[in-house]
Amino acid sequence: MRKIWFSLVLAMSLAPVMALCAEQPVTGGTLIWGRGGDSVILDLAQATDGESIKAGIQIFENLVIFGKDSMDIEPQLAESWTVSEDGLTWTFKLRQGVTFHDGTPFNAQAVYDSFARVIDENHPFYGYGKWKYLSLSLGQVSEIKVIDDYTVALVTPKPYAPLLNNLALWLCPILSPQALAEHKDQIGLHPVGTGPFKFVKWVKDDQIILERNEDYWGEKAKVDKIILKSIPEPSARLMALQSGTVDIADDLDPDSISLVKKDDRLAVTERPSVNVGYLALNTQKPALKDVRVRRAINHAIDKETLIKTIFQGLAVPAKNPFAPSIWGYNDAITPYAYDPEQARKLLAEAGFDHNAELELWAMPVSRAYMPEPVKTAELIQAYLAAVGLKAKIVRHDWGTYLSKTANGEHDMCMLGWLGGNADPDNFLYGLLSADTAQTPGAANVALWKNATFTELCLQAQKTFDKTERTQLYLKAQEIFHDEAPWVPLAHSTIVRCYNKRLHDVPLRPNGLNSFQMVWKEK
Amino acid sequence: MPLSYISRRLFHLLLILLGVSVLVFLMLRMIPGDPAQLLLGEYARPEELARLRTQLGLDRSYPIQYGIYLQSILRGDFGTSVRTGAPVVDEIGVRLLATIELSLAAMFIATLLGIVAGVISAVKQYSVFDYGSMFLALIGVSMPIFWLGLMLIYLLAVKFPILPMMGRISMGLEAPAVTGLVVVDTLIAGQLGACGDALRHLLLPACTLATIPMAIVARITRSSMLEVLNQDYVRTARAKGLGEAVVILRHALRNAFLPVVTVLGLNLGLLLGGAVLTETIFSWPGLGRYVVDSLMGRDYAAVQGCILIFAVLMALINLIVDLLYVLLDPRIRVHA
Repeated sequence: MRKIWFSLVLAMSLAPVMALCAEQPVTGGTLIWGRGGDSVILDLAQATDGESIKAGIQIFENLVIFGKDSMDIEPQLAESWTVSEDGLTWTFKLRQGVTFHDGTPFNAQAVYDSFARVIDENHPFYGYGKWKYLSLSLGQVSEIKVIDDYTVALVTPKPYAPLLNNLALWLCPILSPQALAEHKDQIGLHPVGTGPFKFVKWVKDDQIILERNEDYWGEKAKVDKIILKSIPEPSARLMALQSGTVDIADDLDPDSISLVKKDDRLAVTERPSVNVGYLALNTQKPALKDVRVRRAINHAIDKETLIKTIFQGLAVPAKNPFAPSIWGYNDAITPYAYDPEQARKLLAEAGFDHNAELELWAMPVSRAYMPEPVKTAELIQAYLAAVGLKAKIVRHDWGTYLSKTANGEHDMCMLGWLGGNADPDNFLYGLLSADTAQTPGAANVALWKNATFTELCLQAQKTFDKTERTQLYLKAQEIFHDEAPWVPLAHSTIVRCYNKRLHDVPLRPNGLNSFQMVWKEK
Repeated sequence: MPLSYISRRLFHLLLILLGVSVLVFLMLRMIPGDPAQLLLGEYARPEELARLRTQLGLDRSYPIQYGIYLQSILRGDFGTSVRTGAPVVDEIGVRLLATIELSLAAMFIATLLGIVAGVISAVKQYSVFDYGSMFLALIGVSMPIFWLGLMLIYLLAVKFPILPMMGRISMGLEAPAVTGLVVVDTLIAGQLGACGDALRHLLLPACTLATIPMAIVARITRSSMLEVLNQDYVRTARAKGLGEAVVILRHALRNAFLPVVTVLGLNLGLLLGGAVLTETIFSWPGLGRYVVDSLMGRDYAAVQGCILIFAVLMALINLIVDLLYVLLDPRIRVHA
């Protein structure tokens, strides 16, 4: 009996200590990260898929970076920066004492080589890659100047305030020039950066192994190793998480997520993302030219039901072209209420021909911002029918879909934006300005050409004061709301499911994080 | 075995490959979907599309593209993957070996169990074993692989964790790459523990993949055996006073083997090309998934390379099956 009492007392006195231990970060262990597919290429300036970016941002660093849990810009390899009076020259002071994983020093030349290879056709490394999304990365930069060993200047032909956000994107990593010279066009298989984790090994379609960079300039990573494991089948991924085979499971479906929530050993973090799913109304088509018709369509669709049924609650309704997690969001705007009666009234006022059949283009692939495109299209079709607007669902393969919508061949089309560089400019100018409404290749698939709106966007690009820029964007969103070139549908919620033995698991609104600070209980 | 026959068949193979390369080349380009557009997705800009198309050589005419392709194949260069920028040969190599390992293991299980079940069912026709195994075979043929695989994982890897649920070898263990077949490589290196681990990893996916061919083999063996067992020479063998085992294994089974070998050959071809589902469920890094991913991304060079490899494998399997006929049945002769 005494023994039992003794054990009980011991257990009770140890309990708080053990609880404390659980909160105290420990170093060591291997983090196993289950995900839906393999990376494609580990040179991020050439990467377009999420799986490559997830792995690559553990290895590489940029001049500046988004906050751990926000989309605000923070210094990374650049310690500070200034913009010249004319707004054309950005000067970056670089961090000293940083080395690449191959032991070579990080300096201005490394920044020069990493950037010039993308934009300068005469740079010796230019031919070693197929550089992607220049409009989101260095497309606006015309010159890179090495001022001294630790100072670099970027010159743009016209003032371009969103540049900082571009530099924080995965597309602008700083690589070891020695590795670039050595691996040439195979650099995507041999990534060498400055980040908290070093690349060890890649077994294609199976796993990527990273290990802690012991010479890291900042706080060293907590776990010894990260294994990124491809588990393509979602049910298998769920079972791997439940059985403890993996510590994190990405991209689970809503049903699996609710199972994870019920499991005491597992944790779920949710956060509003930076993406937007929308229905673009082709303003050049006679039937949709009248703003009253476009407003009627906005009134006809019940976003709450859409989110409850299609997104299974994992989204918030959209009223603006970009998400509330991005600065400059105009929360004062009153969204178009779901009001079929009002919709019918507006259509009648506009003299809408109820015998006309409009094409409703449904995306053939699912995206975070549009998890079930066909079901969504069917739901929208039913809502439109309820107000007397006939819509026919049209489907194409993804490549064709993108090129035909960019050519303005649709009446209404579903599309979205994953978030780009999380600068309002990327959504407003990029997806809605008159400049991007030129066919073929229009990114503004509503082909909406509003001079005032476009002027506001251009003005904002030249404005470096964030408060002033915000004012311009607030105004632009009002015009967007009035003119209704889209039905903004939803901003999906981003979810991370993991085992509770992991701690300090970050989640940025774009879902892309370095796992430097994540630690695992022994 | 006349060598001239084999060399003639190999020459035919070259012609087949040429035909396959033209067909695949054209079919890929007839499917709608522009690789550059698919690669860049929502963020594609017209000037970037144009630049990428030029870099990928997609702006040239089909005959010129095909000419360049053929030329590089003859040099042994299968081109570079549009998506990964890596040489297609490197991309295919490891994955092909993973698929071959899985397919051979499945084939081994299917053949062994299928033939044993088929022979016993035939010999003990209308017995409980016969009904039981043929009923199982019927279930095996009609079972959705997807469901079976997930159930096996749930039962044997999650509920009662006795087998690993995914991959080729435990994370942390490593096989020295010699043949690319993990089981063989670990064995060569004398790492018996790792070899056992690799075998355990192989068991669930191989059994899943083996289900359908095993059922087919069992049914074919049974019917073929039943036919042979009624032949005069089997009666003669029995009349000579030979033991039942010798009668069945040497006299009956050997003659019943022809249709079985045909089915085995076809099955192996199907397994190599049709392991996509099993590979997906068990996270097996094989070629099946790679072909699908490449096709979805219109990665022309990658798909062309894979199809050519499959064509070679199918042709070789057919050749081996034909040669086995000659070995099994002395009445079949090769026309020189």
